[in-house]
Amino acid sequence: MRVTVVGCGAVGSLFAANLAQLEDVEVWAFDLDGEHVAAINEHGLRLSGAGEVVGELRATTNADDLPPSDFGIVATKCMHTAAAIEATAPAFATGAVCSVQNGVGNEEAIAQRVERVIRGTTFPAGRVVEPGHVQWDVKGDTTIGPFEPSPAPMAEVGRLAEACTRAGLPTEAVADARGPQWRKLIFNAATNPIGALTGLTHGRVCEDPGLRRLVSQLVDEGKAVAAAQGIELDADPEELIDHAARPDVAYDHKASMLQDVEARRPTEIDYLNGGIVRFGREQGVPTPLNEAVTALIKGLEASWTL
Amino acid sequence: MSDGVWVIGGGVIGSLVAAHLSRVADVTLLCRRAEHAAAVAQNGIRVSGRANFVGVPRATVDPAGLTDAGLVIVATKANDVEAAAAQLEGRLGDGTVMTVQNGLGAEQVIRAHGPWPQLSAVTFMSGTKLADDHVEYVLDTPTWIAPYEDAPFALAEAAVSLIVESGLKAEAMPDLEPARWSKLIFNATVNSVAALTGLPHDHHFAELEQPTDLGHLVRGLMDEGKQIAAAAGIALREDPWEMNVLATQRGSRHYPSMLEDVEARRPTEVDFITGALVREAAHRRVEAPLLTAVYRLVKAREASYL
Repeated sequence: MRVTVVGCGAVGSLFAANLAQLEDVEVWAFDLDGEHVAAINEHGLRLSGAGEVVGELRATTNADDLPPSDFGIVATKCMHTAAAIEATAPAFATGAVCSVQNGVGNEEAIAQRVERVIRGTTFPAGRVVEPGHVQWDVKGDTTIGPFEPSPAPMAEVGRLAEACTRAGLPTEAVADARGPQWRKLIFNAATNPIGALTGLTHGRVCEDPGLRRLVSQLVDEGKAVAAAQGIELDADPEELIDHAARPDVAYDHKASMLQDVEARRPTEIDYLNGGIVRFGREQGVPTPLNEAVTALIKGLEASWTL
Repeated sequence: MSDGVWVIGGGVIGSLVAAHLSRVADVTLLCRRAEHAAAVAQNGIRVSGRANFVGVPRATVDPAGLTDAGLVIVATKANDVEAAAAQLEGRLGDGTVMTVQNGLGAEQVIRAHGPWPQLSAVTFMSGTKLADDHVEYVLDTPTWIAPYEDAPFALAEAAVSLIVESGLKAEAMPDLEPARWSKLIFNATVNSVAALTGLPHDHHFAELEQPTDLGHLVRGLMDEGKQIAAAAGIALREDPWEMNVLATQRGSRHYPSMLEDVEARRPTEVDFITGALVREAAHRRVEAPLLTAVYRLVKAREASYL
């Protein structure tokens, strides 16, 4: 089986390096970071932290180098999905492509270029510490399923899940993968922009009663949009939010959007709260507070260009 | 108003007022910092921009002389009115107290400390403080003055004629609320959004093209403010949204004080501006989810650095 990881940042690297441990899987990685790609080709892709792994794989910055693949795993930031899949689509002419990205709307973008698409949600996380080296911070589960409008057959979804699980990334193949995706989406959309706008860690956001109410209002709008689509969440985002606020879990965690804002990097707001707003409009469900935080974060991004 | 005038607070408004009035009256500027008082006592206050002159008020940090004041203009930030009122208590005789703060509530704070006749003022003039003894006069828009509670209208007229004689613009009116609320709704919206996004008050605030453009949020916030005003029985003097569109069309980039406060990591006036509207909404049983959200976000942003 040949797997090509599209976007070999932290999450992409976790998949690439772990899958490369399997004898029956050949792994390729496509990434635009030349230094990272060169380091991977020279020394392998190293993970440390939650697991110590060195993956032998082929990496390239040039999509034309990619051989035909059975599977694609897209792990770019959301705003790069369309460009990344446009460049790499020829490699997936006979393969299926799975998104393991944040937010909603990525599968739709992939399906513009690829026939068989897999919807995915993943919880493992890490960060690139230097070219060719990724710190693996958190282990976690992945859930994948056919993307309904443009589905990969269940057997194919199962093959990818089996390989990932065997490689040390527990992955479940399910018929409807929207539940975990919307649970993660709602969690992220209710917490990330609040951290980014206030500068507070997750724990401090949750212990401010007024702010915690705002988080719940954002959750409620997301739940209403999910329900209107017939999506059954696999867990209550509220419980996950409170759990994460515990001192022994993620009290001190700065949301990734806060990290983006502090580094003045474009955020994924269009695919988080912006995604809830878009799907809400399609379903006729009002999402005024998700609209408000989307507008505020986009205003914040605009302030960097003044 | 032949007796002396005291100005409490030497920020932009206090400095402009003290400098101008010193040309037509015996004026004392009551400062918080000794070096501020020393600079003004030694050099006077230089006004540049709309007017060019050096005003020579007295300056002190000692409130003892307040006893004989005929008119006291409280020009502190809203957060510091309580401290100013405490200085007046037990000292000021039968003088008149005029408040010029943003937002709502300054009059009540003063009243809690003494039975003096009071004037309410809303000022639209603006400037930039360049040094303790130098203020740039930017916008020469008028100050509106009205009696508070049962103070006679003649007191407002007397204050206006003194201020006009000094070279500033002022107008007496029997009821300040229509003007005050227009400014309050405008300020609550523009200041909060600017503080959260880092954007000066510019064209983004009136953009309505995309559903998540900032103009929609600005208009939504102002619509909530208008509903609260209507519930409070106030007929607005100007439409805040039209004020917003006009101000942004001028192409100017005004830096609202709340944005400057957040960037300098100072306490903001959000409790007196946005918070005042949110409290009024609760009091009048009007829903104000957007104003409540931005109020909580600004409070939390303050908490991240205070």
